[in-house]
Amino acid sequence: MDKIPILKIGHFLMVAIQVDLYDRLALNLEADLVQAVSKTGARGVLIDISAVSIVDSFMGRILGNIAGMSKVLDADTVIVGMQPAVAITLVELGLPLKGVQTALNVEKGMELLQQKLQITGEEESEE
Amino acid sequence: MKLDTAKILQKRKKQILELWMKNQLVDFSLREDLMSNDELTVQSEELVDVLLQTLSGNNLEDLQASSLEAVHEVLEGISISRAKQGYSPRETGMFVFSLKDALLSILAQEIKNDPVQLLDESLKVSKLIDSLGIITFETFIKGREEVILRQTDEITEISTPVIRVWDGIVAMPIIGTLDSSRTQVVMENLLQEIVDTSSSIAILDISGVPAVDSLVAQHLIKTVSATRLMGAECIISGIRPEIAQTVVHLGIDLSGIVTKASLASALRHAYALLQLEVKKVVAK
Amino acid sequence: MIVLSSDNMRILKELDMVVFRNRLKEFAVKIGMGLVNQTKLITAASELSRNMLRYAGGGTVLIEIVNGPQRQNGVRVTFSDNGPGIPNIEQAMKDGFSTGKSLGLGLPGAKRLVSDFDIKSTVGKGTTITIIKWKNG
Repeated sequence: MDKIPILKIGHFLMVAIQVDLYDRLALNLEADLVQAVSKTGARGVLIDISAVSIVDSFMGRILGNIAGMSKVLDADTVIVGMQPAVAITLVELGLPLKGVQTALNVEKGMELLQQKLQITGEEESEE
Repeated sequence: MKLDTAKILQKRKKQILELWMKNQLVDFSLREDLMSNDELTVQSEELVDVLLQTLSGNNLEDLQASSLEAVHEVLEGISISRAKQGYSPRETGMFVFSLKDALLSILAQEIKNDPVQLLDESLKVSKLIDSLGIITFETFIKGREEVILRQTDEITEISTPVIRVWDGIVAMPIIGTLDSSRTQVVMENLLQEIVDTSSSIAILDISGVPAVDSLVAQHLIKTVSATRLMGAECIISGIRPEIAQTVVHLGIDLSGIVTKASLASALRHAYALLQLEVKKVVAK
Repeated sequence: MIVLSSDNMRILKELDMVVFRNRLKEFAVKIGMGLVNQTKLITAASELSRNMLRYAGGGTVLIEIVNGPQRQNGVRVTFSDNGPGIPNIEQAMKDGFSTGKSLGLGLPGAKRLVSDFDIKSTVGKGTTITIIKWKNG
């Protein structure tokens, strides 16, 4: 079975979705990510969807779920790199992805997560 | 004995063409400015040729017959080219209908002894030319529609420029009405530019939009939502007082959107978001 | 309306959806549909094929390239299943209504994404949904 690799970078977890998502794969990603957040105590999750050409309501729900579940585990989620066509389609579909933060690219997403961490004033010294 | 109209007409082809040309040349709607008489002769000859060639007893009865397709093709070609050259529908129609006169007078000469048969055959020929006339109009309109479609595309293309105002700030002035297909082009160009320049702020200036009703407002809200999904902020500027009035009167909720009266104030807001400062240099 | 070319597929499991979406994209690209309209069409088709899989256990899809009024090309997709059918179509077409645990955006959302949407359903017999997306619409 396909699996989407989860990378740990400092306090954050990063996932780059590079394949066509089907429902089971997306559900697995949701479960794996929440497990990983809990295990590593990560403070932020970055999901790069720049290679994803279709986000339908199911995928949108999974992204929302991941953000919600991570929040409960005290981690912020940022979705980065959404393609213009996908953004326009999601708005038309009626799925504004409330509660999910977005950024233009991985770099800006990282900045956003760093800022969040500083605001809460809990940043530990970098190793 | 059954008369073969098709054969008769084929036999008198030369006279038909002569008569038709004569009809066309005396007609007041002749456009020598758009087409020379030689060209007109060539075009007419082509049509008479293909018409008489394909004409037979069968397709004279059945106007939908596939054997008439060759005629339709030639006619469509002529009609489209005339639409693009700027002929009026009347002039294009006269071109085909004047052929009817020529055909009917030849027919009258040939069948002058049998009035019943003449009437019968004349009706058939008349119907045939009428159906060709309809095809001419249909294609003529299609030709015009193609011109309009091309122009519409061009207008949408040129009317949505995206301007890079600053590092990380893009602006798009919208001029004209925002309908749903235009909104899609606006969104597409704006979002693509945001990706290309990796800008985090987009300013949509609507000074050139004549009126904002609830539909236009909805399109604006959609554009802002899509920009936010991409991870950028969208500011709407150029809200004229009349627009502010209609927005409130119509009860449109723009509370989720940052709106500014002028592009300048939108820019100031953008600088603040990016933690930039624009200062006057004090001369020493 | 004239059908220019077509393809028939069965959707019986999740992975068929991926194959179907790719095939649909090929059709949309073939008529020169823009990226945004392609994305809208495929997203709508994705919603509808998932519905078919979830509520009717699968069905068939027919993809066609059609030539409509104003000589514009478009892609037409017909989803047919022999599932339980939808008792109240009006209700099912409302935002936020769901018999499953989804967001209830499938049917109304798909309708907003395409140019033409037609649904016919008989309880106990099945559901047929036809969508059209024009090249420029």
